Amino acid sequence: MSIDKETVKKIASLSRIAITDAEADAFVPELNQILGWVEQLGEVDCSKVEPMTAVIPNKLRLRDDVVTDGEIRDKILANAPIADHGFFAVPKVIE
Amino acid sequence: MTEIYDLGIAGIRSGIADGDFTAREVAETFNARVSAAKPLNAFLVETPEHALAAADATDKARAAGETLGKMAGVPIGMKDLFCTQGVETTAASGILKGFVPQYESTVSANLFQAGAGMLGKLNLDQFAMGSSNETSAFGNVISPWRRNDGGNSDLTPGGSSGGSAAVVSGRIAPAATGTDTGGSIRQPAAFTGITGFKPTYGRCSRWGTIAFASSLDQAGPMAHDVRDCAIMLEAMAGFDAKDSTSLDLPVPDWEAALNSNLAGKKIGIPKEYRVENMPAEIDALWQKGIEMLKDAGAHIVDVSLPHTKYALPAYYIIAPAEASSNLSRYDGVRYGLRDLPDGAGLQDMYAATREAGFGPEVKRRIMIGTYVLSAGYYDAYYTQAQKVRTLISQDFDKAWKSCDLLLAPTAPSAAFGLGEKMDDPLAMYLNDVFTVPSSLAGLPAMSVPAGLDGKGLPLGLQIIGKALDEQSVFNAGLAIEERAGFVAKPEQWW
Repeated sequence: MSIDKETVKKIASLSRIAITDAEADAFVPELNQILGWVEQLGEVDCSKVEPMTAVIPNKLRLRDDVVTDGEIRDKILANAPIADHGFFAVPKVIE
Repeated sequence: MTEIYDLGIAGIRSGIADGDFTAREVAETFNARVSAAKPLNAFLVETPEHALAAADATDKARAAGETLGKMAGVPIGMKDLFCTQGVETTAASGILKGFVPQYESTVSANLFQAGAGMLGKLNLDQFAMGSSNETSAFGNVISPWRRNDGGNSDLTPGGSSGGSAAVVSGRIAPAATGTDTGGSIRQPAAFTGITGFKPTYGRCSRWGTIAFASSLDQAGPMAHDVRDCAIMLEAMAGFDAKDSTSLDLPVPDWEAALNSNLAGKKIGIPKEYRVENMPAEIDALWQKGIEMLKDAGAHIVDVSLPHTKYALPAYYIIAPAEASSNLSRYDGVRYGLRDLPDGAGLQDMYAATREAGFGPEVKRRIMIGTYVLSAGYYDAYYTQAQKVRTLISQDFDKAWKSCDLLLAPTAPSAAFGLGEKMDDPLAMYLNDVFTVPSSLAGLPAMSVPAGLDGKGLPLGLQIIGKALDEQSVFNAGLAIEERAGFVAKPEQWW
């Protein structure tokens, strides 16, 4: 299946990446080339195969349900482009 | 007398222990090498004061008669994918410009705990996505190596751990950390004539390592030789409750158990790795490797890994899919770049920030990942790729019934020139043909320098082992190292 410019724009939108018309045009052949190449996986009969979930068998551990950190608000905000009143600040989202 | 900068980890360690020189002299030597190496563009941040402080601590501990750590007095280069407290960490991406971690990654913390100092943060492919270090937002790393044709064209050090490979091969750092998702330790090690080791998935904690593809990412050492890699991996590895895939196992003493006698070991030669258009020199090197392992007492057997040809396409679905999820955190809200056009709302801010901050290859992979995970395509692409991954892993399991280790080339060519492959993403992806299958299966693998091509450039051989059997990989690597007698070094032109 090949993808067109509209699909590229939709993927970019889902990816939250702004792209220009010219960039969308450039992505069409590139993505088609890569996706065309990965489609060879369809040749492999996987009807009796489970998808990989863990590459090395490893049980997920449980830990005690207790607070293990906290009191680090300033550290968490230290790299924020804008932090106000102890919060991350973003453009207004509700009119 | 050997110059200090020619020494690796073991040499520095014993020199300090014997009082031949102080850790401070070592740090000063390498700090000077670092500041003289700017033409290579290998460092994004230099931290000479960190190296000196660790050295002084080592000298003080030695004077007090304390037991020194495994890495005591060894100043290392740190791939800029590891978060380092108080030191800018960008993963070579514009989107993290100015990001100063408030915490230390487990791997770097382990190394510092073992006495290592840090010379600086090393350039890499942006978010470790690339095989030539050409996707960095802060410029290419230039390999210390040059072809012997007098052309002096700039070569790639490989990628994504290109800065790490460049500084270790140029004797600018005695060792450096790397990370390997589909070959990012092994291929650059091969391209620059050094030794690089990717351990079993889960040996090194991923906590504080900037994520690319979480089911594949593994940290490992890049160093002069097999012994140095064993010492450094011991310092890096270990259980970490902060990483849910960390293996809760003791770290073996790999260095103490090094043994290049391979009597009784069976080495498999995977026939599917004889790819079309393989350069004769690579094939000849592989043959030479077989002879070296036979000489060390190993028995050679032919094995088949029938799904090898599907490893790369599966990888280029799985890795971008995981990347598209992992990189969704870069949104201009919590850290790094924010691009807020006039009058823009929240969604526009996300899109503008990500447009401005990510490089072309990162965008390409996020887009591919988003597509293969999107409604209607998930099963056809992503689930199918994960099933093929199961088959690739089972191929290895079957091979282990007739052998203990596999021998293959590390890369299908020697280092190529900067700019030669950047126009064709697919051609670049094919560079990882020999390293990706073992990454998909989470197996330990290493690259050992084994010879030079006709143009005087290093070539590496790769040894792949069973899960958790790093020791056998180290031992076979040592057997090759002892027989290859690889001593070539790049001539200093920078």
